[in-house]
Amino acid sequence: MSGHDEDWGEHDDAAPGDEHAGGSGYSAIQVYLLGFLLAIGLTVASFWVAGSDFVWGPGIPAALISLAVAQIGVHLVFFLHITSGPENTNNTLALAFGVMIVLLVVVGSVWIMAHMNQNMMPMPMDKLMQMQR
Amino acid sequence: MSKGPTPSDVAAAYIQHGPYRVGYNAHGHGYPEARGHGAGGQAPRRVIVGYGFWIFLLSDIVMFSGFFAAYAVLVHATAGGPTGRELFDLKRVAIETACLLASSFTCGLGYVAATRKRQLETQFWMLATGLLGLVFVILEVLEFYEMIVAGAGPDRSAFLSAFFALVGCHGLHVSIGGLWLATMMAQIWLKGFRPGIMRRLLCFNLFWHALDIIWVALFTIVYLLGAGA
Amino acid sequence: MKLLGKLDWSAIPLDQPIPLIASGVVGAVIVGVLVYAWMKGWWPYVWHEWITSVDHKRIGVMYMLLGCVMLLRGFADAVMMRSQQALALHGAAGYLPPEHYDQVFSAHGTIMIFFGAMPFVIGLMNFVVPLQLGVRDVAFPTWNSVGFWLTAAGALLVNVSLVVGEFARTGWLPYPPLSELAYSPGVGVDYYLWAIQISGVGTLTTGINLVTTILKMRAPGMSYLRMPMFCWTSLASNLLIIAAFPILTATLAMLTLDRYLGFHFFTNEAGGNPMMFVNLIWAWGHPEVYILILPAFGIFSEVFSTFSSKPLFGYRSMVMATLFICIVSFLVWLHHFFTMGAGGDVNAAFGIATSIIAVGTGVKIYNWLFTMYGGRVRFEVPMLWALGFVITFVVGGMTGVLLAVPPADFVLHNSMFLVAHFHNVIIGGVLFGCFAGYEYWFPKAFGFRLHEGWGKTAFWLTLAGFLATFIPLYIVGMEGMTRRLQHVDNPLWDPWILLAGVGTVIIFLGVASQVVQLVVSIRMREQLRDVTGDPWDGRSLEWVTPSPPPTFNFPVLYDVHGEEAYWGIKQAAIAQERLHDEPDYQPIEMPRNSPTGFVTAFFAASMGFALIWHIWWMVALAFVGAYATFVVFAWRDEDEYEIPAEEVARIDRARRATRSPEWLATLGPQA
Repeated sequence: MSGHDEDWGEHDDAAPGDEHAGGSGYSAIQVYLLGFLLAIGLTVASFWVAGSDFVWGPGIPAALISLAVAQIGVHLVFFLHITSGPENTNNTLALAFGVMIVLLVVVGSVWIMAHMNQNMMPMPMDKLMQMQR
Repeated sequence: MSKGPTPSDVAAAYIQHGPYRVGYNAHGHGYPEARGHGAGGQAPRRVIVGYGFWIFLLSDIVMFSGFFAAYAVLVHATAGGPTGRELFDLKRVAIETACLLASSFTCGLGYVAATRKRQLETQFWMLATGLLGLVFVILEVLEFYEMIVAGAGPDRSAFLSAFFALVGCHGLHVSIGGLWLATMMAQIWLKGFRPGIMRRLLCFNLFWHALDIIWVALFTIVYLLGAGA
Repeated sequence: MKLLGKLDWSAIPLDQPIPLIASGVVGAVIVGVLVYAWMKGWWPYVWHEWITSVDHKRIGVMYMLLGCVMLLRGFADAVMMRSQQALALHGAAGYLPPEHYDQVFSAHGTIMIFFGAMPFVIGLMNFVVPLQLGVRDVAFPTWNSVGFWLTAAGALLVNVSLVVGEFARTGWLPYPPLSELAYSPGVGVDYYLWAIQISGVGTLTTGINLVTTILKMRAPGMSYLRMPMFCWTSLASNLLIIAAFPILTATLAMLTLDRYLGFHFFTNEAGGNPMMFVNLIWAWGHPEVYILILPAFGIFSEVFSTFSSKPLFGYRSMVMATLFICIVSFLVWLHHFFTMGAGGDVNAAFGIATSIIAVGTGVKIYNWLFTMYGGRVRFEVPMLWALGFVITFVVGGMTGVLLAVPPADFVLHNSMFLVAHFHNVIIGGVLFGCFAGYEYWFPKAFGFRLHEGWGKTAFWLTLAGFLATFIPLYIVGMEGMTRRLQHVDNPLWDPWILLAGVGTVIIFLGVASQVVQLVVSIRMREQLRDVTGDPWDGRSLEWVTPSPPPTFNFPVLYDVHGEEAYWGIKQAAIAQERLHDEPDYQPIEMPRNSPTGFVTAFFAASMGFALIWHIWWMVALAFVGAYATFVVFAWRDEDEYEIPAEEVARIDRARRATRSPEWLATLGPQA
């Protein structure tokens, strides 16, 4: 039941993180290096956007989220070798499922809790101060 | 959608071909003409292990999303205490980010060296990964310590509870990853690059890269957005 | 710092007769069983063949055994609740003071769901899925063992709370602020938290194991749309486990941080938000009930098809319905707290989604009914449970759709109507499904059938008892009675409470019949022997194996040409009046047994106990022990052993000898 890795044919699924035989022609190290450099660039951009006035204030969260998504994409593609090929379908589907759950939990919770908090009865000031330390 | 073979077709196929595929061995590994996705018989062990670990990582990410959700809900519940803007030191966060990103890179290089069965090179890159991870954890511990000493510990407010839990959970994962890394280094040194050990190294790589992915979300949402909030 | 943390002699309930006597009796039984087994020399066999086994069939049986034992414990709690209410009418005191009653209903729910239903369902999936897929084991056999033993460790902790300390009084989901340290300063909530977290790790490993197995390990030719329906529902259920259980882990971890380190996630002060606990825990809690019911649906698909002698009607629509239920189950969780105040928009959205999810189940019910139509229906015991399910579950589902309407729920939330609804769907759905699966696959696991007469008795008593218990509870719920009451003050409700008490007695007789059935069947096992391995004229691959199957399941993996893989093979054999030719037997490598699971669980249980009682040195020691166990396991050089070809041939030839041409002729050509 173990071993037999040599039986891996051309048409079998790829494990996540595996490089593909007959891939793009770049060596493995080149792929990692490119990913590393892209990630550095995007990270620097994130910190800069957060700390400077380059992006209009109210747009900063959107810019940061976009940069974060891009960084995650770079990790997935260059470090984890997640592609859209047929040998990766199971891996990509699993990732999509996970992302869907994450979005449901986070967005759903924020939506629900925002409504709950808004509907809480207003508190007299002294009780409010009592609640703080 | 087409209907597929009827029961009598299937029976006829079995009468003609027998219930075993010609030239097929008892162990059940994939055929040369297998089309993947498991219908060609069992996938190779490496694919099975890699996929299983991948969905474990996705479950771990769902767990982090629970903490992220709590953080998002509680981010303004500062109870009159310090806010993120007052507390976060973005320079330290930048160094932590650089360390973790670099360690992801060195981890990948270590894996490439392992596939080429180069012992010293593998150990070197894995050591580099571990040391960069260690610096990350030390910086984070220092940050927690300073905050606690300044009266901004997790018991101060719900916001700080959510912060410590989320960032701390990630740091705990990095620490456990470091423990795993040390164990793997010892195993590779003593036992070489056997298929089983290579599969585990693949899993470790997935884990370490995933931690960096979570860190991207974390430093963006908690630190960068929080420092500006 | 005290050496034993908070633990001292006051933890033992010497002044409370009920837990004292109960734990005394249970302890005596356990010790008696262990000593008896030791004296008969069974311990080496049990250690080598069961405790250290990584065989999915053995692990499945152990899961189900754990589930059965814990179902009995949970039922004992139920009997206590019903009898207390029945005895406390007209201002009488009853025999359970409120502090104990609260522990009893909390333990009842916790045990029934986490340590009764989940293990039973997981055990069935573990046993059956690899056999139906035509493969030799699950993807990660040793992790399978670890998962089982961690679940058992959690069950152990919950039961230890009976004799050392106390259990939570907060219900089966410990809502804050009641569950916070300020209002529950005892160890009860901590027992709950650590038991669930430890077993939660076990459940997650099962989820990963079964999803990987189903997606990456099937017999050659078994494409997705040729898998048995039970495998599809197992896939959906385990996907839900992977997606939902981490949320439970995170939420309970937050509560643990509040209690242990003074965090403020859910406290009343410092900005904590107790409502967030409710939100997050039900984001897990709703998928959880689908995790339980989907495998039951799969069992019914197998049972309806086999005992109607027809293929399942509408296989593809069943697959779609299953995936539909899987996805939508993540869109409805707010219906558990309509009354918490999210407002009309949010309530409406989740109410509509909840009503929509019923469509998936509706599709399945119609498909099962159409499977029976035109078939030759055999009313064997599994089929009786399936028919009982259809009748009861449809009613339970409809009361669910009723509750899905927020204005209606505002009246009925946390009433006995709700209690009746969820028991209706869990008992009528999950429990009846478990019993059906138990009857159906018992011969495969043990080589002999269960006694039919006692099985039918158990069914009718359980069905009647269920109706007698829960219809009255629907009625008093409608009339305003709330849940979790230690005594009832409204004399108008008395007859219904008494009737529910009587119903519980009838259920008790049904449970007793199941136990008698097992004992009688074991004694009569030679008469009830399943000689061929195919006692029900089955349609899927598990029925091609002998009963019980050998370690390696199949000597050579079968080639699958269509749905109902075994049916085609059987029809070919019937047409040719003989079995196919012998295959080319090869040696088979199987994974070695390992004590890793048992040892890890020992350390996990110790760590949990130490965390509950704040014995910090023991926590550290146990953690080091658990880590060392993993390292030792990872260090082994030999992880497989070989079964020689002659042994494989011998076993398979014995199987082939039982399936004579005469037996084939009795089956005859079928549709």
